[in-house]
Order: sequence, then structure tokens, then C-alpha cells
Amino acid sequence: MTGPFAWFKWEALFAEWTVFGEGALMTLAASMLALALSLALGVMFGVMSTSHWKIAKAISRIYVEFIQNTPLVIQIFFYYHGLPHLGLSLPVFSIGVLGVGVYHGAYISEVVRAGIQSIPKGQREAAYSQGLNYVETMKYIILPQAKRIVLPPLANQAVSLVKNTSVLAMIAGGDLMYRADSWSSQNLYYGPAYVTTGILYLMLCLPLASLARNLEKKAEVHA
Amino acid sequence: MIALKGIDKHFGHHHVLKNIHFHVKSGEKVVIIGPSGSGKSTLIRCINLLEKPSSGEVHVDGIEITAHKAPVTKVRQSIGMVFQQFNLYPHKTVLENLTLAPVLVKGVRKEEAEETGMKYLERVGLKDKAHAYPAHLSGGQQQRVAIARALNMHPKIMLFDEPTSALDPEMIQEVLDVMVDLAHDGITMVVVTHEMGFAKQVADRVIFMDEGKIIEEAKPEDFFNHPKNERARLFLSKIFR
Repeated sequence: MTGPFAWFKWEALFAEWTVFGEGALMTLAASMLALALSLALGVMFGVMSTSHWKIAKAISRIYVEFIQNTPLVIQIFFYYHGLPHLGLSLPVFSIGVLGVGVYHGAYISEVVRAGIQSIPKGQREAAYSQGLNYVETMKYIILPQAKRIVLPPLANQAVSLVKNTSVLAMIAGGDLMYRADSWSSQNLYYGPAYVTTGILYLMLCLPLASLARNLEKKAEVHA
Repeated sequence: MIALKGIDKHFGHHHVLKNIHFHVKSGEKVVIIGPSGSGKSTLIRCINLLEKPSSGEVHVDGIEITAHKAPVTKVRQSIGMVFQQFNLYPHKTVLENLTLAPVLVKGVRKEEAEETGMKYLERVGLKDKAHAYPAHLSGGQQQRVAIARALNMHPKIMLFDEPTSALDPEMIQEVLDVMVDLAHDGITMVVVTHEMGFAKQVADRVIFMDEGKIIEEAKPEDFFNHPKNERARLFLSKIFR
């Protein structure tokens, strides 16, 4: 009887380390693209949710509530199984980026909204009184101040985002989680496969988490 | 220069301004006084439309800014405003506070805005703070910067909404000094304040408000010595004890 972590299993894993290396790179790439997408969506919908334009506010609300209150897995399955019926077949990597980006965009939108609302209304009034319009006021006065407040929670969102790219495994996305799954289901060396995968995720996320902590400390100093 | 015609303002069930008619001539200094909650801050904020009247018209420099699609941001460029809470931009240095709007909305060259900005900072006695951030200044210094910021737009009108109410007593005078100096310039000024000394010294006209209405309007010497209205008399007796 051999244990789940028998040495020969580790040897097999090290011999085929590129499987995991490529998976980690794929996860990293999907994470960075999804993060860029979620930031763009988050800032856009976050700003919309604070505007006085009722339609913009409503659209933002619907997006946030719809995305936050359904599981990410179902959203991914919709893009994977649903969209082709509507004549749109996306590659799995794009589905991962889109799915995770749209999902975290909703959370980032709420972070941005809270950040904007935390800026005293006198700032807006001072800018308006000098003849700045809404967009100028947002761009030069409100968002630069909100940025300091939202950076720590944004870094936390980035950590969740990296971990959530693992849903790609469910649609054969070629990411780290998927590679670990498929590699170990062939040889049943689950132990080393999942420990290694866990450590790789940790290596991706720990720097982000410590960045979040540092930003939080900095924000406290400035407050 | 400024004309408010039949202004009403409701906040929910609160009727804050009741059929206000208010005119200010070019170069005139008008001081608005009255008990808190009388609507004087709402009134002054209607002049640059930070508060939108529920009904009535606001005319500034011949333009009806309450009209549909009126050039509100353009008109605001010629109206400087100083707030009770200073409202300096905390992420910008003092000089950047002065140059941001002129460069952005008036298209003034940065060097030129900095040059005039330094002149105004010198005038309010804060030239040496040009590169400091607002958080490192005292309340009185912040308010003087706020005045310089408004002046650097070269406004025709200056609005002051209780500019000394948030200041420690020892800092009030330095701000009033700047305002008195400014009054000698001939700029049009509307000031909401509790500083009666300032009103006596610079006002061409004093407006007394209570419960959303203008109750008395007079030259300062007449108003302070012989107030006609009973409520104005009561108010003054509470202030001058």
C-alpha cells in the first residue's frame, strides 16, 4: 500500500513540471486580462451608479445585482453552452477572461461606488463652482481622491479574481487547475498534483495580498 | 449683475426660500444675515446654481442661467465661491489648487496661471505655502488659499458662504482682512456671515432673512442702528450682548 504522497509520484510530477508551469502561465495571463476588463467595467459602472442620470444608475444596478447574485459557474456555463445557441462561439480562454472579468467588474463597481461616495460633497461643489463639468469633476477631482480609498479593496478583489480563474477547469480551459485535474486523473497522483497547484496559486496571490495590506497601511497614514 | 426673480426652493416638505426677489448691482457689496435655517446659504447657492431653485429665474450678467440649456458652467467661471468648509482639493498643492480650473476650463496657459496664482497667494500672505498641501495648513490659511483660488479665475462676482464660521476665533481676522482688502477692489460681493463688524465696514446693503424670506433690506448704518422689523431687532439684540 503506497501513500497519497509517495516519492515516486513526486518524481513523476517533477519530470512533467511543464504541465503545471504552462498551466500557471495560462492562469496568470487569464488573470491579468480579466483584471483589466474588470477594472474597466468596475470604474465605468461604479461612476454610473453615482450619477444623477437615472437610466445609468438603473443599468449599473441591474448589472451588479444580476452578476453578484448568481454563481460564477453558472455564468461561465452560460457563455460556454448558452452563447453558441445565439450564434456566438468563443474560445474557452476568452470565456474565462470574459466570465471572470464581468463577474469581478460587478464587485469592483461597488468598491468604486463606495469610494466615490466617501468623498465629501464639498469637493464636487467647489469644482462645479469653478465651472468644471461633470466629467472634468470626476476625472480631476473625485476619482483621484477615491483612488486612494479604493486601492486596498481593489487589491483584495485581484486576489479573489486570480483564484476564481480556476473555474476555467470546468470548461477545459487549460489553466493551472485544469492541468492539475487532467494530469492527476490519468495517473491518480492527486496528492502531489493538488499540493503543487495550491502552492502555485499561493505564489500568485500572496504578493497581491501583501500589496493590499501595504496599501491599507498607506491609506491609514494619509487619512 | 445678479437678479433673482421669484425664487422658491423646496427640500421635500421644507419650503426653504419663499418668493425671493434679490438684485445686486455691479460692484455692490451685499451682506446677508439672519438666524440659522433662515435660507441665506440656500439663497447664495442659488446664484451659481449649486442649488437649483424649484421655481423662479436667476440672471447673472444678463444671462438667465435657470433657462433650459443655459451655459451654466461658462457663467460659473465668472462667479468665485468661498465655502464654510474651504473645500480645497486635498490631493493638489496650494498652487495646483489655484491653477487647475483656469487651465482646464478657461484654457489659460499653465505658466500664466501660475504667475497670476503666485500674485494672489502673495496678496493673501501665503506665497511661501505655494507648494504645501492643504492638510498642512491651518484653517485660516486654507480659507485664504480658497479665496486666492477663486480670484485666480478672475471672477466678476465673489460669493462667500459663511467663510469664517468653521474657523477658530484667532483665525477669523486674517480671513476678514483679506475680504476687506478685496472689497476695496470694486468686485461684486455677496457675503453670508455672522460677522457684523465686517458688514458694517464694507456692506453697501444688508439683507436680513428669516424663515425663507427677505424681511429687511437697508444700508448697514440704518439696519444696525434702527432696524424696522421686530425679528431683526430680536436677532441683533442676541448678537450684540
